Amino acid sequence: MRQKESQRHRIRSLHIPMHAVLVAISVVMVFPFVWMLLTSLKTVTESTRMNPFSFFPQVSQWVNYATVWQQNNFFQLYLNTFAMVILRVVCALLFSAMAAYAFARLHFPGKGFFFGLVLVQMMVPTQVFVIPQYLMIDGMGLRNTVFALVFPGLVSAFGTFLLRQFFMGLPRELEESARLDGCNIGQTFVRVMLPLTHSGLTALAVFTALFAFKDLMWPLVVNTNTDAATLSSALSKIGSSYSVNYPNLMAASVLAVVPMLLLYMVFQRQFIEGIATSGGKL
Amino acid sequence: MRLNLGAASAARERVSAAKRNEWYWAWGMIAPTIIGLVVLNIVPIFQTMYMSFFKSGAFGKGNTFIGLENYRRLLADAQVLYATRNTLIYMVCVVLITTVLALLLAVALGGRIKGKGTYRTIYFIPMVATPAAVTLIWRWLYNYRFGLLNHMLSSLGITPVDWIDNPNAAMLSIAMVGIWSTVGYSMVLLIAGLQEIPRDYYEAAQIDGAKPVRQFLHITLPLVSPTLFFVLVTSVIAAMQVFDIVYMMIGVTSPSYDATVSLVYLFYNNSFKYSNKGYGSAIIMILLAMILLITAVQQRLQKKWVNYM
Repeated sequence: MRQKESQRHRIRSLHIPMHAVLVAISVVMVFPFVWMLLTSLKTVTESTRMNPFSFFPQVSQWVNYATVWQQNNFFQLYLNTFAMVILRVVCALLFSAMAAYAFARLHFPGKGFFFGLVLVQMMVPTQVFVIPQYLMIDGMGLRNTVFALVFPGLVSAFGTFLLRQFFMGLPRELEESARLDGCNIGQTFVRVMLPLTHSGLTALAVFTALFAFKDLMWPLVVNTNTDAATLSSALSKIGSSYSVNYPNLMAASVLAVVPMLLLYMVFQRQFIEGIATSGGKL
Repeated sequence: MRLNLGAASAARERVSAAKRNEWYWAWGMIAPTIIGLVVLNIVPIFQTMYMSFFKSGAFGKGNTFIGLENYRRLLADAQVLYATRNTLIYMVCVVLITTVLALLLAVALGGRIKGKGTYRTIYFIPMVATPAAVTLIWRWLYNYRFGLLNHMLSSLGITPVDWIDNPNAAMLSIAMVGIWSTVGYSMVLLIAGLQEIPRDYYEAAQIDGAKPVRQFLHITLPLVSPTLFFVLVTSVIAAMQVFDIVYMMIGVTSPSYDATVSLVYLFYNNSFKYSNKGYGSAIIMILLAMILLITAVQQRLQKKWVNYM
């Protein structure tokens, strides 16, 4: 008993240096964002001055945000980005859930072959698809549209795979009793099975939204007009146009980072659990 | 007898009708995904392969068949060699450091330490920021004349480093951003893996007097190996496709370009900046081959290394 006490004590005393290390790492993780925020509120001369007194802005230059907002039409960028993210999430959830249920629970000819196609897509790096997808969008005359942004995300092999794992984990009795009650396959799927996979659906929604939001190459390639860009792809142009004006550059970065950061603050648990389960299920 | 046969055949018909019904539902439900996959992904794989045998003119018009010429050019192209080397260096650096760091953090936060939820939330933050913005922030921190890092170095009496335009430093600077932004992701996956290890194992080891280090080596490591293996493989594949950080940090005119250009960045430049989609396709075939090779090796190693409970 006493030995256990002393061991617990030893472990607790280990906690103090451990906290020191963990706090230090927290500072490394958060400080770049703090520095971005501080720089965004400075004047250009202030941002280049290197003394401890100009660590904080003397007078907060909110005007930087107004300048950046107007010069780059941020309203449009937000619209484009949100439209892309929402549509990609809806498509991924809808089509993947349907396909995943069929792959998990129904028997039909060609099942192995079709599921093989899903696996092939997951093994091949996405850049292999970029040129043909670009040529398709170009051929349809749909460059610089929201549809072009959504295009590669219309269906999701990853989502199909992920949700299939969830459906396979559900007990069969539920379906059988639903079928005995006279539900057809579609009704069983929508009313009984779909509500039971909400944690899988949340995970897929988080995953899809996060990676759509962060995607850079596709919007860069397909929507070259600044009015059709996303937050990420617009930043690459802003980066070269404000080459020395770091306060403006940081203000633009703040504007680009804030939406997802806010969502993360609100749905922290869903984010982290979503990422953890989507990894754990593969 | 006859009646029986009639009933049996009717039953068979009913079964097959129910079966057929199930087929139609299944085909209908997979149709959008399968059609989408075929059009968006499966056919494009072959198109990209096919295009790698062509030289494409400006605006994708005037493609001429040149057989293996693109591949011959690849082998002689110094930039392809650099890009392959850089991609591998980046991958090894980022994957090793990120995974080790993530595992240590996961173990530290897996115990009974106070505030572990808060730490976990904080370490994951860089993951939700778009890499385009993240790289701009780091470019500012790395700035040669006005960046905070050099300011700190010079106040310590160390000569400032040209983090971005010095070819010897640039890869390190890029890898640091890569590590910083992905360590939280790997950590979250590993914490989930650690939570599946039964508590009794540790209690039993404690009664036997095993020190924390031994517990880590003999309980934690073997039992977390499936998750660890998954984290390693996905990080390797993601790191091989590095583009955003290099693209945002290093312009094509930078002296560091040759020392940092990645395969995907080179693919992007050739396909879309110089509009030679044929040559771009050939470049991306190298990445495809490398990733398929990694996947094949992974399938074999998984059976040997990983302990499943």
